[in-house]
Amino acid sequence: MPEKLVVIGNGMAPGRALEHLFEKAPGQYEVTIFNAEPRVNYNRLMLSPVLSGEKTYEDIVTHDDAWYASHGVTLHKGKRVETIDRAARTVTAAYGTTAPYDKLIVATGSNPFIVPIPGSTLTGVLTYRDLDDVETMLEAASTGGRAVVVGGGLLGLEAAAGLKMRGMDVTVLHLMPTLMERQLDPAAGYLLERSLKARGIDVVTKANTHAILGEDKVEGVKLDDGTVIDAKIVVMAVGIRPSTDLAKAAGLDVGRGIKVGDDMRTSDPDIFALGECVEHRGQCYGLVAPLYEMAEVVASQLCGPCESRYLGSVTSTKLKVTGIDLFSAGDFAEGDDREEIVLRDASAGVYKRLVVKDDRIIGAVLYGETADGAWFFDLMKKKTPVSEMRETLIFGQSYQGGSPLDPIAAVAALPGDAEICGCNGVCKSKITGAISARGLTSLDEVRAHTKASSSCGTCTGLVEQLMALTLGDAFNPQAVKPMCGCTDLSHADVRRLIVAKTLKSIPEVMQELEWKTSCGCAKCRPALNYYLLADWPGEYVDDDQSRFINERVHANIQKDGTYSVVPRMWGGMTTSQELRAIADVVDKFQIPSVKCTGGQRIDMLGVKKEDLPAVWADLNAAGMVSGAAYGKALRTVKTCVGTDWCRFGTQDSTGLGVRVERFMWGSWTPAKVKMAVSGCPRNCAEATCKDVGVICTDAGYEIHFAGAAGLDIKGTEVLTQVKTEDEALEMIVALVQLYREQGHYLERIYKWLKRVGMASIKAAVVDDPAKRRVYFDRFIYSQKFSQRDPWADRASGGMASHEFKPMADIPFQEAAE
Amino acid sequence: MSDWHRIGLVTDIPRRGARCVNSPFGRIAVFRTAEDRIFATEDRCPHKGGPLSQGIVHDSSVTCPLHNAVISLKSGEMRGPDEGRVRVFATRVDPLTEVIELSLEDEAAAIREAAE
Repeated sequence: MPEKLVVIGNGMAPGRALEHLFEKAPGQYEVTIFNAEPRVNYNRLMLSPVLSGEKTYEDIVTHDDAWYASHGVTLHKGKRVETIDRAARTVTAAYGTTAPYDKLIVATGSNPFIVPIPGSTLTGVLTYRDLDDVETMLEAASTGGRAVVVGGGLLGLEAAAGLKMRGMDVTVLHLMPTLMERQLDPAAGYLLERSLKARGIDVVTKANTHAILGEDKVEGVKLDDGTVIDAKIVVMAVGIRPSTDLAKAAGLDVGRGIKVGDDMRTSDPDIFALGECVEHRGQCYGLVAPLYEMAEVVASQLCGPCESRYLGSVTSTKLKVTGIDLFSAGDFAEGDDREEIVLRDASAGVYKRLVVKDDRIIGAVLYGETADGAWFFDLMKKKTPVSEMRETLIFGQSYQGGSPLDPIAAVAALPGDAEICGCNGVCKSKITGAISARGLTSLDEVRAHTKASSSCGTCTGLVEQLMALTLGDAFNPQAVKPMCGCTDLSHADVRRLIVAKTLKSIPEVMQELEWKTSCGCAKCRPALNYYLLADWPGEYVDDDQSRFINERVHANIQKDGTYSVVPRMWGGMTTSQELRAIADVVDKFQIPSVKCTGGQRIDMLGVKKEDLPAVWADLNAAGMVSGAAYGKALRTVKTCVGTDWCRFGTQDSTGLGVRVERFMWGSWTPAKVKMAVSGCPRNCAEATCKDVGVICTDAGYEIHFAGAAGLDIKGTEVLTQVKTEDEALEMIVALVQLYREQGHYLERIYKWLKRVGMASIKAAVVDDPAKRRVYFDRFIYSQKFSQRDPWADRASGGMASHEFKPMADIPFQEAAE
Repeated sequence: MSDWHRIGLVTDIPRRGARCVNSPFGRIAVFRTAEDRIFATEDRCPHKGGPLSQGIVHDSSVTCPLHNAVISLKSGEMRGPDEGRVRVFATRVDPLTEVIELSLEDEAAAIREAAE
């Protein structure tokens, strides 16, 4: 029987502890996680790039739902634990979910500190800790205005830079004379202030916030000296407090944080504490590297009695604001027993300062040029004597040993135990060892196997240099995944070469592009078939044998080998005649299940393969055609009732949906395409999670695309707005045609957008009407060949009849002879 | 023991495709490769029972339509991380008439035949 492990909190520290645990002792524990946030584990270090728009939420997910499922973890999302009953050994969350434990990890993290000044509870006063905060900020940023950030530390400045990039005016208020005074000396703090001001961010130092002004929501901020600054939102980033209420209520020893020993156990030996909520040897940590070190100790301790201990950490910091390079580590206060080495290059905006005590580096601040940060940090942690290189130390590693070296040689010179990835504590030899032993060739693979460069990403350059060093010429930084084992070419290469070399059949592609197998595999053949079909409409003959069974027999295979059949219902509209025909088919063929789909149609499940042609014949007779519910193709266009019936409808959404579906049905696409048209912003057709969606307004039509509501959940992005239905249709068709020509097989629209970028899509279909027309016309041409009902072609005795009946029956007597 | 059953012509099956034969031992999938080689296996993937006759045929393998298990048509072995095997049946083709014959004899005989 596995023991029961309950984890309270689902941040980065417990996530890492579980990774270690599942590696060391798979199956030893049955794990239950309570997460107060309604989502999976994501990389909080990357909130700033999400805020600034350089990354999306999907980019920063550490463990997706599949990960929890594959490790048998029960994850309670959005459930905050309210009590720990140490006598009964249970925890209980809001709304009464209770879980028993043998071992418990408390990882409640920290709470942002809100300065208790007048107005601090107004709507619009935000903190910056999780994705909800980011989303609130983004919503505020979408309509512009001014944001005031209280606190000029790491988080505050990242928030300020992000909000500025999102188009808000930003003022940073900082109590101390210089920014980030805990990590930077005054000189670097001043340089930082100057480059923030150059970006248009107002910085006010020595600013004592007196009150936040406003009736119900924030309107401004008043300083002690009487200055008033207009503000739409106020972001409080003055510091964090370990979140200890739960532990305190359970009677655990609590100081500033939850007190733990070197074995990470609290005053109750069956309860561990981990992360920002912890106080260890009087110290609380808010950076990721120490938390990961703690996580490793917790995992080892959970496996059984062991020597693994946490002994405290030396920490370093990097500011993650694009274009500002800043590194600091250790102690850099001045003192009689210390000397300092300083390098300034004003024109280049470079400032470097090392603090040396007893021939060892004890502190480092680098501004403007931080490549040597890892090296200095390594010297500092190892307490390496520096007198030998004292003269050239400040110039960095590449100047040691006489002449300047190239960066690869500098990385080559690092010792095997030099730390490359500070977040995850990964040293050089672990990375090079994994590259050689496992034959890794891409950055993603190195990340997967070693975790290096997988958290904040600032060491990516170093990791790539190590890969270049280890792999030599075999390393190609742009290395892309081949489409399958039959070729070294990527999907992008293959698509490009099909057009460039006018390759028009699967054997031709395989011959010219030097396929390694004689006739491909189940991954590449369907992809090639689609590419050729999309690129050479009217010329290429569809290869049935290179299609998955669903597209070959135009129905969806089910787990028992029967099929499901979904006829089209244009825009979700149907008639009594259609419903009667469906009812008759269900009776006649004794179809076991009938279900309404999410796409406003009717699904008949459990049809025998032999019956399919006859079922189709009957449905065809009632005027229905294939709904393509099985295809990488246009699926449904959901609609609401729009101006036909709805008192809020602004346009004829049903009419537009039907028109789009009638125009586009039959077209094949890289992956499935689901659409919807909503008649007003209330959005009853749920258009904003579709591949393409339309929101009607009084002013016209808002064209959305790139939503997702499956494995990933993502709202759409707005492509553009148009005034008429004709323009809406042209825009949608051109967009889908561009996707048909550029998308990789099985790549949904939202992933295509992520790969190619919004700017290139807008340039092709929005900005230039002539270009848009070209895509539109190409789609129409292609439709001439694809708008045929596959059911009608195959119904009773038509095409591909071999598919639907057995080749022979060997009767029992014959077999027994 | 002569146990050969005539089941049809090579051209009854599309190249890189398959057809089914019903037998007292259950459904049998008969495959035709790109090079016109004929193979027969039970029509049940060892993974979750998917109908192999509905899969994509490549080289002398088939990929199951349910969860993409790849099965060697020669040996019946599942390729890749999972282990498992389907029963294979011997086939022979008359070079003049292109008639396919199938044997329901034991598996060992079938493997010998396929190896030839």
